[in-house]
Amino acid sequence: MSLDKNDVEKIAHLARLAIAEEDIPGYAASLSSILELVEQMNAVDTENVSAMAHPQDAYQRLREDVVTEENQREHFQKNAPEVEKGLYLVPQVIE
Amino acid sequence: MHSKTIAELAAGLKKGDFSSEELTKSFLQRVKEFDPDINSFITVSEDHALAQARVADESIAKGNASALTGIPFAQKDIFCTNGIKTTCGSKMLDNFIAPYDATVIHNFNQAGSVMLGKTNMDEFAMGSSNETSFYGGVKNPWDSSTVPGGSSGGSAACVAARLVPASTGTDTGGSIRQPAALCGITGLKPTYGRVSRYGMIAFASSLDQAGTFTQTAEDAAMMLNVMAGFDEKDSTSIEKEVPDYTANLNQDLKGLKIGLPKEYFGEGLNADVAKVVEDAIAEYKKMGAEVVDISLPNSHLSVPAYYVIAPAECSSNLSRFDGVRYGYRCEDPKDLEDLYKRSRGEGFGDEVKRRIMIGAYALSAGYYDAYYLKAQKIRRLISDDFKQAFEKVDVIMGPTSPEVAFKAGEKSDDPVSMYLSDIYTIATNLAGLPGMSVPCGFANNLPVGLQIIGDHFDESRLLNVAHQYQQTTDWHKQMPEAYK
Repeated sequence: MSLDKNDVEKIAHLARLAIAEEDIPGYAASLSSILELVEQMNAVDTENVSAMAHPQDAYQRLREDVVTEENQREHFQKNAPEVEKGLYLVPQVIE
Repeated sequence: MHSKTIAELAAGLKKGDFSSEELTKSFLQRVKEFDPDINSFITVSEDHALAQARVADESIAKGNASALTGIPFAQKDIFCTNGIKTTCGSKMLDNFIAPYDATVIHNFNQAGSVMLGKTNMDEFAMGSSNETSFYGGVKNPWDSSTVPGGSSGGSAACVAARLVPASTGTDTGGSIRQPAALCGITGLKPTYGRVSRYGMIAFASSLDQAGTFTQTAEDAAMMLNVMAGFDEKDSTSIEKEVPDYTANLNQDLKGLKIGLPKEYFGEGLNADVAKVVEDAIAEYKKMGAEVVDISLPNSHLSVPAYYVIAPAECSSNLSRFDGVRYGYRCEDPKDLEDLYKRSRGEGFGDEVKRRIMIGAYALSAGYYDAYYLKAQKIRRLISDDFKQAFEKVDVIMGPTSPEVAFKAGEKSDDPVSMYLSDIYTIATNLAGLPGMSVPCGFANNLPVGLQIIGDHFDESRLLNVAHQYQQTTDWHKQMPEAYK
């Protein structure tokens, strides 16, 4: 699979990554070479093989639906770029 | 003092030969003297370390010490440390002061040990040379023109230069074993789920596992005793009793069955490295072990499958870095989308962006079956190969890395050739197995690591097998001339 400029732009948008125009050819080349490596998988028939999601085939544990965390909003918001009255600020979304 | 193992230092502390404060100051002095050159630390937490050392000395005086009380460690900068900068090697987290402790850090604190600082690493643990760090590369103490390996390059280099007695690392595709091999020290990656991932910044959640860098297998056992265990805060942590990992170290190896996979000794393996590894295996035969030829027929598919699974999981995990709640935010965003895109575009380095994009592509509509599902099926085949092998043998051995430490810059422009430096380590992660790298000699004056792979939760045996080798050889005691 070889990716072109449009593919890279589309993927970068999906991943919400700003990529400079001049860097696109470099990404197209390196991503294509990685996909070429990955496509070695296609030589193997996996028709009757079950997918493996967890090394021990363990299941997600469930717990009682109870509150386990105390509110530490101020503590956590010390790392926020911009907050006001306990809310995270972002550029205006609704006109 | 700096060349002593954890076991020796713990004995010295107990006898009162020195205090933890003296020990801590002496290692901090070595960090100050040598690290400006090696660059193995991102943060040195001197005041924090000295405060912990004084508390440790009080515990020791009161007779309340445990095995690691008062011992200085360095922690990979992937573990959240409450009140201390935690960067994961990224500009994205250059301003991030972790608001809580990772379980691994909590466990070390409970044991009364001392944290000297946070070590350098490839950005978000994505790399095999430490060259993707926002804080610059790390020099291999054996030859400053070469890389220490990665992603836990700082953790490996600081132990190799004896700036700390031991450190922690994480291993998603070889990030403990490969740098341990390239730096000539002992590295242990436990079974997936053995050590909690809580507070360990996620890269690929179905593969990530924390482990150790030490001079000896005995030290690794002492650290694993503190690190291992079930943690309800980690949804994939395994509820299984933790044995005393130091208990079986002295068992002899008569009748041990060692499997040698032919795929790990074929094309691509440097001939000098092969010779050193074969000599190590001959040493095991002398100790009474039996060698069995085995095959892991799907191992050539491990790198391709890994470069779907790891990027897919990383693209999902790293979506949390959005410039809103913590971490880097771009200047003057014009709208919300611009805020996301530029914060991420400016905050992440090239390799991280590459892997996010590969993952986003593999998971995008219409491609899931061809990539992620296919890779998970291949993962099953690789895991089944190991299952069959462990019906015949107790441990599997081979080289950790196909070559010794390579030159800085040699592979940094070619991602695929960099990925292939983990060709012997990645399969272990896909199968969730424990693995070690043990120093076993030199090729071209650079260290070579012997990889030992065990069955799930068989860390005790791995440590025993490594410890016995270290009783009859002294490769693990070698250290680079410049730091003696």
